[in-house]
Amino acid sequence: MIQGQISRISGPVVQAKGMEGIKIRDLVEVGELGLIGEVIEIKGDAVSVQVYEDTDGLKVGEPVKSEAKPFLVQLGPGLLGSIYDGIQRPLEIIREQSGSFIQRGATGEPLQTKKAWHFVPVAKAGDAVGVGDVVGTVQEGPTIQHKILVPEGVSGRIASIREGDYTITQPVARLENGDPIMMVQVWPIRQARRYAEKVATGIPLITGQRIFDTFFPVPKGGSAIIPGPFGSGKTVSQQALAKWSDATVVIYVGCGERGNEMTEVLTEFPHLEDPNTGAPLMNRTILIANTSNMPVAARETSIYTGITLAEYYRDMGYDVALFADSTSRWAEALREISGRLEEMPGEEGYPTYLASRIAEFYERSGRVVCLGQDRRQGSVTVIGAVSPPGGDFSEPVTQNSLRIAGAFWGLDARLAYSRHFPAINWLTSYTLYLDALREWFTKEVATDFLDLRTEMVDILQREDELRKIVQLVGRESLSEPDKLLLDVARTIREDFLRQSAFHEVDAYCPSKKQYYMMRAILAFYHQCQTRLGTMPYDEIAALPAWEELSKMRYLPNDNFEADFESLLGRLTAGAAEPAPAGARS
Amino acid sequence: MATGLYGKAYRKIQDIKGPLIFLEPVKDVRYGERVTITDSQDHSKGGQVLDVGERAIVIQVFEGSDGLDKKATAVFFTGDVVKLGLSEDMLGRVFDGSGKPADGLGDVYPEAELPINGSPLNPVARRQPFEWIQTGISAIDIMNTLVKGQKLPIFTGAGLPANRVAVQIARQVIRQSGEELIVVFAGMGITSREYSYFYREFQESGALANSVLFLNLADDPTIERILTPRLALTTAEYFAFTKGRDVLVIMTDMLNYANALREISSAREEIPGRRGYPGYLYTDLATNYERAGIVKGQRGSITQLPIVTMPNDDITHPVIDLTGYITEGQIILARELDRKGYYPPINPLPSLSRLMNLGIGSDKTREDHKQLSDQLYALYAQGKDLEKLTAIIGSEGLGAAEKQIIDFTTRFESEYINQGDQPRSLEESLALGWDLLSGVARGELRRVEDKYVDKYMTKRAARAAGD
Repeated sequence: MIQGQISRISGPVVQAKGMEGIKIRDLVEVGELGLIGEVIEIKGDAVSVQVYEDTDGLKVGEPVKSEAKPFLVQLGPGLLGSIYDGIQRPLEIIREQSGSFIQRGATGEPLQTKKAWHFVPVAKAGDAVGVGDVVGTVQEGPTIQHKILVPEGVSGRIASIREGDYTITQPVARLENGDPIMMVQVWPIRQARRYAEKVATGIPLITGQRIFDTFFPVPKGGSAIIPGPFGSGKTVSQQALAKWSDATVVIYVGCGERGNEMTEVLTEFPHLEDPNTGAPLMNRTILIANTSNMPVAARETSIYTGITLAEYYRDMGYDVALFADSTSRWAEALREISGRLEEMPGEEGYPTYLASRIAEFYERSGRVVCLGQDRRQGSVTVIGAVSPPGGDFSEPVTQNSLRIAGAFWGLDARLAYSRHFPAINWLTSYTLYLDALREWFTKEVATDFLDLRTEMVDILQREDELRKIVQLVGRESLSEPDKLLLDVARTIREDFLRQSAFHEVDAYCPSKKQYYMMRAILAFYHQCQTRLGTMPYDEIAALPAWEELSKMRYLPNDNFEADFESLLGRLTAGAAEPAPAGARS
Repeated sequence: MATGLYGKAYRKIQDIKGPLIFLEPVKDVRYGERVTITDSQDHSKGGQVLDVGERAIVIQVFEGSDGLDKKATAVFFTGDVVKLGLSEDMLGRVFDGSGKPADGLGDVYPEAELPINGSPLNPVARRQPFEWIQTGISAIDIMNTLVKGQKLPIFTGAGLPANRVAVQIARQVIRQSGEELIVVFAGMGITSREYSYFYREFQESGALANSVLFLNLADDPTIERILTPRLALTTAEYFAFTKGRDVLVIMTDMLNYANALREISSAREEIPGRRGYPGYLYTDLATNYERAGIVKGQRGSITQLPIVTMPNDDITHPVIDLTGYITEGQIILARELDRKGYYPPINPLPSLSRLMNLGIGSDKTREDHKQLSDQLYALYAQGKDLEKLTAIIGSEGLGAAEKQIIDFTTRFESEYINQGDQPRSLEESLALGWDLLSGVARGELRRVEDKYVDKYMTKRAARAAGD
């Protein structure tokens, strides 16, 4: 135990003296209230501590204590369905203890220590086990099997292991050397959890969102950023992804964002069904909520707490998706702390180590072979929202994130203004993963899936050029093929890329249906192209097929194949005939 | 006031700089502690400890450091953080920016005392907003519905009638709620002309009886503005969560607040962020704005309507930008509409209420509300694009459908947005919306379903025919 005293207080940064033997990133308790903090600088005989709680009322001379250990998160069954703040305090328990408003110095065990879990061994006595080996499982909620892993620094031959009900701190197994294995283990959040090796990613994260799945897919284990000015639907997009993506476990980090948004997640998720298992979404979700009015230092930590939990479930062999909303607030927290330390600032006042911190964070994503003899694979996908000031993508957080992330989903305020959601700009966004995913799409969806996608992207590119011309000379002066292209592009934009998060059918679109929708639009386009010579364009523009195309996103999400086959038939025959006079309203 | 009340006088002042006093270290001083400062004339000022170290204690003086010197000035520590005395008798009263009565009606006897910084509301204790607030303004009620527990700023430009809009909303929500709702009004750096306007409007409309006003004038000390929104929000929390009232907090102008923050930051020689604002501007604004909401299992709510001026109409200005990132949408006033003489000059296109969907629909407003609103948006957006196009190629190049949309756009601005001071009921706003849509071909109305068109558009047309 190291004990010193406060020598200076400046906002969330407190300096202390008499802390010989303390290390950078060690956890300390500050003042009479025991506010939790972390050592971030050692300068002469003073150390600087970032405090995770409001420092109002602290005095110079109050004690500062430390066990000289870094901040550790607890990992074990009971994490799923929980909601924590940035330093893994369980917010439900804090509320029971101290009421609706968070009082300082509040504490609570992150995992229930009294609850008994039913442990089923996988390993047996006499087995030699090492770090990462699965010794048994616990059913965590209705859908997820929590695997109990041999923790860091433990290995040997199992002496005893027995099925039964245990709390997280009771040994479920004992090694011959006497080491116990418990369901709970701890990990320092700033250190990435170890794995055997990183492997290539080739399976897309299916989100049910057409703009993401078809246009800019990201693989399980990949990383993507969603930057956008305020009001462009960052959070709505993040939440739609958190709801619908086919990850086994979802970690949602609300980092310095709105309280009401966390409430929305908390209110909706328990009632929404996981499209893949049918269980409530909350059963596969962990929420980290450090809203913008909660202490700034804990906001900086929340990102690391989130990714450590993600890695833990990855190590069990699961696909985990981590949503961080917003990484800009995290970067600003870094900036604020850096300012308090009076460090020399880099770009826009951000510390010079911003780029390396961002890179470190995104590099914790990936698909890996986990430690352990069975060489199971798991993945962490990181999707980070970025909130560039003034919507200006040239600012440091966006630029540094772009260098690392493999997909860029650029939100566009103009699309949001015209209520085109998701407001992802199809011209500026990109994904670097198409080649990695080609094999999967070809095999699992359709051989021509990516060809159709490419054609659509090309049509939208061409539309952009044509619109510039229309701005100058008007639509009437365009050639007929160009007019047709504009109308097809409009159909792609409005009836394919636009997707309603609130419509019960349209909110989720299976990959196969996305493929059929593309086929229908393009088949009709090609059909019209062949008629251009024989039919005046005004008649083509009045064909009833356009309306059919606009309604296909509402076709039921199961057994749609037959509907689409007949639609495809009509598009190339009946519906492509001019409507009888008066038939169209 | 007897100085003895505050214990010992500390006179060892090292420096006085802008609104800050640097004092030699004193034992047992708390971070954030409230202090009283007296000058050579024995006038007292309030202050707060900003930094406690072994070399110096930094104190910010709320009323400014004018008239302070190194020798005679004394600092008295109170041992407590800044608190506000609260009582239900505050209704109908006017206070200055630091919470002292400004209406000559004497002190308020507090029933409770609360720290003005508040505590963060636990995210799991929040209740999701679910009820809309009727403002009587179509551009808000129909297009950007305000919901109880929401924070919805008004972004305005110099010379645009934001204050008129704010007062109109305050008046109408009090009336609409049957005086159930109260208004807490925080004015920061307002001119004396604005001061008398607010005072008169609140008094004449009778809204004052259901309001608490905190007014910091443009020539009042800048630093006081740091306190004003916190006082208003502490008052709001008291009425909402102790007394179970629905409270609307109007704060104008948050730009002045942010500028006061910048002034202190520069006096402390902190590293400036964008446009000289401190790096913690986001956190600081958020600690104010996030004090809106509803608490589970309790009556009462806090809804915020901050007003922020966009310098040079620049929506990317840091204060506007950060506000937009924290709040749940924004109402934007447009100079173009104001020039046409339209009032309220709300531009619906960049305006947005993020919580709108929680407050509208069949059991709250009306089943067709969402689709109608989406359709009006889409057509207006299309119409504005067409107007630009027409300016280049003339209206001859337009088709019949496009001309209808241009007509719609003109009517939308001159009739729908330009409603004047007269409040509209929900039904009136919805009916007028459908009436505007009826001038556009059905094929262009892609956002509304047939069932609503049949039900609401035809009804209106039939009624019009019967008139």
